[in-house]
Amino acid sequence: MENDAAIGAYEYTCYRINNGFVKGIHLVNRKELTFLERIYIFEAFKGILITSTHFFKNIFLHTAHLLGFLKGQSAAVTIQYPDEKREYAPRLRTRHRLVQREDGSPRCVACMLCETVCPAKCIYIIAGEDPDPNIEKVAKKFDIDLGKCVYCGFCVEVCPEDAIRMDTQIMDIAAYSREEMLLDMDELLHPGSRKNG
Amino acid sequence: MPTLKIDGKDIAVPAGTSIIEAAKKAGTFIPHYCYHPGLSVAGNCRMCLVEVEKSPKLQISCFIPVADGMVVHTENDRVKEAREAVLEFLLVNHPLDCPVCDQSGECELQNYYMNYGLYESRLFEDKVKKEKVVPIGPTVMLDGERCVLCSRCVRFCDEVTGTHEMGIVNRGDHAEITVAPGKELDNAYSGNTVDICPVGALTDRDFRFKCRVWFLEKTSSICPGCSRGCNIEIHWNKERPYQTPNERVMRLKPRVNPEVNQWWICDEGRYNYHFIDQNRVLYPMKNNGKDLVQASWQEVMEEGSWVMKELQNTAVIVSTDVTLEDLWIAKELFIHKLGIQTIAYLPTKKSGEEDHLLRKSDKTPNTKGAQALGFEAKANEIFSLAEAGKIKTLILFGHNLIDLLGKERAQKIAEKVDSMVWIGSNQHEGMNLAKWIIPSSVYAEKDGTFMNYEGRVQRIFKAFPALGESKAEWQILKEWAQHIGINLPYENSSVIFEKMVQAESAFNGMSYQKLGEEGVLLNDSKDEGRGTMDDGRKKHVL
Repeated sequence: MENDAAIGAYEYTCYRINNGFVKGIHLVNRKELTFLERIYIFEAFKGILITSTHFFKNIFLHTAHLLGFLKGQSAAVTIQYPDEKREYAPRLRTRHRLVQREDGSPRCVACMLCETVCPAKCIYIIAGEDPDPNIEKVAKKFDIDLGKCVYCGFCVEVCPEDAIRMDTQIMDIAAYSREEMLLDMDELLHPGSRKNG
Repeated sequence: MPTLKIDGKDIAVPAGTSIIEAAKKAGTFIPHYCYHPGLSVAGNCRMCLVEVEKSPKLQISCFIPVADGMVVHTENDRVKEAREAVLEFLLVNHPLDCPVCDQSGECELQNYYMNYGLYESRLFEDKVKKEKVVPIGPTVMLDGERCVLCSRCVRFCDEVTGTHEMGIVNRGDHAEITVAPGKELDNAYSGNTVDICPVGALTDRDFRFKCRVWFLEKTSSICPGCSRGCNIEIHWNKERPYQTPNERVMRLKPRVNPEVNQWWICDEGRYNYHFIDQNRVLYPMKNNGKDLVQASWQEVMEEGSWVMKELQNTAVIVSTDVTLEDLWIAKELFIHKLGIQTIAYLPTKKSGEEDHLLRKSDKTPNTKGAQALGFEAKANEIFSLAEAGKIKTLILFGHNLIDLLGKERAQKIAEKVDSMVWIGSNQHEGMNLAKWIIPSSVYAEKDGTFMNYEGRVQRIFKAFPALGESKAEWQILKEWAQHIGINLPYENSSVIFEKMVQAESAFNGMSYQKLGEEGVLLNDSKDEGRGTMDDGRKKHVL
């Protein structure tokens, strides 16, 4: 019984074997607190120490910046958005883009698979005929309504032509109206072309 | 009747039946490309191979007639292996065009590969290149690479239409489907080649890239293009208006009915669907002397109801585009309740081309129905009376007087008649002559029945709600009657049909259930006119 209570919570670790399949669930017991940790007061002082270290470090660096020294070192621990931008992991699903062919036309052939699979129904495609018989079919219109999109990435996974990707690293999706949330084909081909998107 | 065993199941079929048909009867589906029950047997796709005991090799089930005591296996390992090999062979030169091909979602190569193929690919990319995107006629686009050379289209042009436009040229890997030099696939039934193409080699130029097939909803109906009454399916989509703005119906496809149209419909009927969504009359209108202005239903019904009360000199001309239910309500109201004598039927379209296959010269679907309900074809008499100033009120059902009578005569009639009421669905010039315009729904928007030229009563089904404020004709007449104190207590078309069957002896024993999807022949219709498709050329053509 006591042991159960000590475990308190489980931590699940899924580890992968070579072929990428999840093999099983690994159970890890939570670390028990030591006597010093349990009496709390030393831990509280530890916390105050961390906070005040940052405080004095920041005061020192801000003063130094004012005097024109140590400009290369950031004076705050937080990221100063939007002046400063954080680098995202490359696998993160960010705003969509359409991949272009060498001549700049979209690679999309309007097969509508992304539209079909989209759980939010936020993709609107109109197909048209391409004069080149080897391409045959193109998207005349390709809109994504970011106001509806849930960033699930199904559209990217399902695309047989690798025409849509979510790797622009653009994450700001705020706008003042619903219309502004709609990305048209031009914007999808040239991500970030609109300033206040 | 020979008895045979198919996959352990005993079945007796008439002598001469092929194994594939016998299996179909026994409930076993044998995959096939080149076999089509409406065409001769070519036996070149090899997809329908089955094992017949005591025969050394596998046999093609489309060609082998059944024999007494035959034992057939359609699902054993030998057959499965052969099917897989056939699919691998067929796909060797087939491009994987599925994202751009219109057939994707309806393609037998796709379906069969998933059901019977699923082999490990041994393919090295050196496919034979052939012509792509070739318009071979006004309605059909050809992609040579996608063709599996089943020759169904060639046989269709040879055997059904007898126009011989298509053929297969070259040999082996380089065999290719094409049209004969100097010819194009422009016969009156060319659209059917697209229907019977099991892959995406022939696609419909009208439908190309308009809508993926998996977005389509299907409703059974009857083609209103002529008095043959071909069985069709309406393929429509309402969920994605941005794909095809303001268009709901995407295409029409034939529905098999061995008694009427077999597997085919003509191009005239196939592409006759744009009127469902275009140029529609969306709300009631009133003519203020100069032009038409929008009016409310209340206004039209109330102000218009005096038209119905003033019975002397009222004439009604019903059209043969409307359903039997609409016609019967018209009969009930105008003839039985109001006692109007000057009532006639008149087709809204002029008669057109007729041929030995399906097309009839009468281009409206329900002329026989109007006749069966006792309407007379004396519209000319009524027009003469109107010209003489003896008609004060004229009620028309969708007719375009300018088109039917010429501009001068139509205008003269419109001037002589005090008030003309026009109940119709699609705008045209002749509509402007009327004083009141009442919007009615088209055949895809209502339930009902049509009677074809041989007296077959067939059902149409409502696919989607009516556009704008339009209503079915029977509903308009019912509401109109209410305004002048006549109660027609019918809530829907099935009730009307029941009442009609009770009242009209010719319809004895019919009901919506009995009509089903194939229809029932009227009791007193003789054999006259039946089987006119037969010109002695092919026995499997009606």
